[in-house]
Amino acid sequence: MKKFFPLLLLALGLLYVGSTLREPRGPVGKPDAVAFGRLPVLVGGRIKPLDTVARSTLLQFQGRQTVRLNDGRKLSPDEWLADVLLADKKAHAYPVFEILHPDVLALLQLKAEDGAGQKRFSYEQLTPGLTELERQAQLALPVEAQRRTRFQREVIRLRDNIGLYVRLQASLVPPDLEAPLDALTSFQNTLPVGIAAVRLRQQKQPHDEAAATRLMDLAGRFDFMAQNAYLLPIPPEDANKEDTAWRNTGAVLLDTFQSGTIEAHALSFSGLAYAWRDGKTDEFNTIVRLLCAETEKRFASRLVKVDAETRFSAAAPFYTGMVLFVATLLLALASWLKWPETLGLAAFYLLALGFILMTAGIATRMWLEGRPPVTNLYSSALFVAWAAVGLCLVLEKIHPRGLASAAGGLIGFSGLIIAHHLSLTGDTLEMMRAVLDSNFWLATHVVVITIGYSATYLAGFLAALYVLRGALSRSLDRETAAALERMVYGILCFATLFSLVGTILGGIWADQSWGRFWGWDPKENGALIIVIWNALILHVRWGKLAGPRGLMALAVFGNIVTSWSWFGTNLLGVGLHSYGFTDRGFWALIAFAASQLVLIALAVAPGLPWRSEPPATKPRTA
Amino acid sequence: MRALYLEFVRFFVSLRLTVGLLALSALLVLFATLDQVHLGIWAVQEKWFRSFIVLHELKGFPVPVFPGGYFIGGLLLINLVAAHLKRFALTWKKAGIQLVHGGLILLLLGELLTGLLQEEYQLRLDEGQTRNYSESWRFNELAVVDDTNATTDIVTAIPEQLLTDLGNELQVPALPFRVVPRAYYPNASLMLKENVPAGRPVVDNPATAGLGARLAITPLPITYQQDQRNLPAALVELFGPEGSLGTYLVSTMLTEPQRFSYAGREWTLALRFRRAYKPYALTLIDFSHDRYAGTEIPKNFSSRVRLTTPDGRDDREVLIYMNNPLRYDGLTFYQAGFDNNDKTTVLQVVHNPSWLIPYISCLLMTLGLLWQFGAHLLGFSRKRAAA
Repeated sequence: MKKFFPLLLLALGLLYVGSTLREPRGPVGKPDAVAFGRLPVLVGGRIKPLDTVARSTLLQFQGRQTVRLNDGRKLSPDEWLADVLLADKKAHAYPVFEILHPDVLALLQLKAEDGAGQKRFSYEQLTPGLTELERQAQLALPVEAQRRTRFQREVIRLRDNIGLYVRLQASLVPPDLEAPLDALTSFQNTLPVGIAAVRLRQQKQPHDEAAATRLMDLAGRFDFMAQNAYLLPIPPEDANKEDTAWRNTGAVLLDTFQSGTIEAHALSFSGLAYAWRDGKTDEFNTIVRLLCAETEKRFASRLVKVDAETRFSAAAPFYTGMVLFVATLLLALASWLKWPETLGLAAFYLLALGFILMTAGIATRMWLEGRPPVTNLYSSALFVAWAAVGLCLVLEKIHPRGLASAAGGLIGFSGLIIAHHLSLTGDTLEMMRAVLDSNFWLATHVVVITIGYSATYLAGFLAALYVLRGALSRSLDRETAAALERMVYGILCFATLFSLVGTILGGIWADQSWGRFWGWDPKENGALIIVIWNALILHVRWGKLAGPRGLMALAVFGNIVTSWSWFGTNLLGVGLHSYGFTDRGFWALIAFAASQLVLIALAVAPGLPWRSEPPATKPRTA
Repeated sequence: MRALYLEFVRFFVSLRLTVGLLALSALLVLFATLDQVHLGIWAVQEKWFRSFIVLHELKGFPVPVFPGGYFIGGLLLINLVAAHLKRFALTWKKAGIQLVHGGLILLLLGELLTGLLQEEYQLRLDEGQTRNYSESWRFNELAVVDDTNATTDIVTAIPEQLLTDLGNELQVPALPFRVVPRAYYPNASLMLKENVPAGRPVVDNPATAGLGARLAITPLPITYQQDQRNLPAALVELFGPEGSLGTYLVSTMLTEPQRFSYAGREWTLALRFRRAYKPYALTLIDFSHDRYAGTEIPKNFSSRVRLTTPDGRDDREVLIYMNNPLRYDGLTFYQAGFDNNDKTTVLQVVHNPSWLIPYISCLLMTLGLLWQFGAHLLGFSRKRAAA
């Protein structure tokens, strides 16, 4: 039994991964929101499925992808988006706007208890306070982004989210209409009459007042859509046209005044609204199918990616990865206490499975985006975790003691958690700003430097394991200690190589693009500090200037140095590299640094007894 | 004596010194990064890296707070060179380490040279405009131009720095008069005297000639913001052999030069951004700024320019865009910005004669590291194979 345990766990892990890969299907006998989610739209500079719009918008609004209604029902992202886009005011009652700041709640005259889960509120609840919110936002907007108070930031965030919601609503169907399909068809049929009435009214002659008013009312709605719609859902007639040729529904509807007939997509959307509102399953599914087929004719190659993206989002490999890495960590920790070989092997298998899954996930993202793996802060978190886990697999193979597996599980999990939090700002497959738009340098400089981050973290985490085991348990025997020391040293060498080469490549990129090798930009400086720090540790070791515990403390400090370079410099908000501004992570960063300082104190503070004895703080005499 | 000498040598070759200096340099870089929020990138470089001692203003007094970049870098260089001279041995085993450190020495020297030699200018071009000079965006000059001749101007440029030395009589052979700085404000705003609102602080303006006599001067604090520039103002008095020709107020805020006649010639006087004239001219044909569909995210900035030399040897169109600068005449022109509703391009013009050094040093260091860690890895795997 013990012998088969690792394989059994691996099989379970595979089953778990397999279960996430099933094709998502909507419930039978109901309008198929899943198929609706596959429809392509152009937004944020690229063609993506509505499903991605739904997920990234919900993450941005409320930090999670599902909507839980007050009556306990759960909505998938696609169902939520269908209600927002098609079902008039129905979605106004869904609690999706997260408000945490008490002053913002007070501003809107709301109490935490009014919200779902004490923090999520519906558009309906917010409506009475919108004027006040807008006023506060206008006061906060002139303040420089870095100097805004938390209240100001939250006000602006909520106001932008509400704005986005309203713009989203104006994307497919004219807003605030009971029966948009009827309105549009009668608009088309009575267009000449309506226009004549409006003309006569302008000339102050007798006219059909009702027809004129109806027409002007609809024209106003179309115009609102043309000005505000968030999505560009209508593809160009010609497949070869640029992305800029995609249009919004409002603009297309306004064209009806010239052409006399409503464009097919625009009319279909109102058809969808009719079917969705009245629960007409067959009609809804047929229209969705027709829309898909219509786009398929001209954009087949791009729809492949759109479909893949929908499947990818549904499978959520990085969430699965989190579970696998936690399991790895627990198994590896357990292996230190009991059945080292069996549990250690099981941990190794799960770590490998997590690594393969992440590799597939990152590769898919690369293919979708047509870019090297690291393009923004989010993908750098994925990549840091991935590379560290890869290194851990190698280390565990060399020293099978459950040490590297534990570190791998921990870093993998942490990296994915960080990535999750970074994904809350919107679409993670965003377009590259002009200055970064160079696949060659993204593939070399950015990748190499990110591997440097990975390795420095890994050395730091291994050192942290050493300190924790040594100080808090009796389990750090001579052999384990020696193995950890070797691993930390090896990884540090690797880290020095990659961070140095990465930094240098960055310099060459700068010289190629701007004619100067080094500009003392904060991000460049951060990378330089990592190189200097790694070099310092290596010199301390070569000069035997500190014992193993001192070296471990230095390596743990490397975690702080790397975090500073990775995130801290973005907080400064200056320089060429401040593309991933993240002020919400500030306190997390401080807390992490504090925890590392505690570890360092544990390692080197004199008089602190270690429960495991052997290695001293003084250099071992050779 | 010999003991002292040995102690001295031991100190300079010691690894302890290396580690200490590395720690100091990490701190130096960190502090300099933090200071950038207040000072901007240029002032930070002068204060922290291109100095021996970092002077930080506390309550208006400069207090030495940290060893500067030249100090730490210099010691590191001495330490490196000394240690290698002392322990140098030509063996394959040590070749990697030596390459790395050789590269590092070169890199430090290269950065020193860059600091001394690199110059950065800007070239602003409106669509259709032609210019044969770039302008410094940090330094200014007082330009006294003799434009009597319709085809050629004779330009005498006096660096801004000389204007800060008040009362100093500047006499140059090209000018039939002396220039005497009377007042200098590193950053000031000018306004017509009659428009000055109540409560706005102004200083004495002794200008007697030109437009300056009608203006009021408000000194402003020096700005370090990266996107703002100081606009200095100065009062200069001109003296001919017969006495004062008048006091002029000059400022980079005044775009039109002030005109006067003297000694039968026509002169203009202006404080302007320091210019670097080129033996060729650039004309902006078109600037374009593409955005991703349906967003404000910039996809590409590019300037199509025509490069012409007076002798007609070069007359061609060049496209300058992100990550693709124009390199010509030892200069790099890169796309740095735009203005004026996408009708004006701003090119950064960099002159860095020591650009090649980092490449060489990088090559050495990379080879060295690969050699060193490769040897480690090889030894390790051999040991494992044997075990």
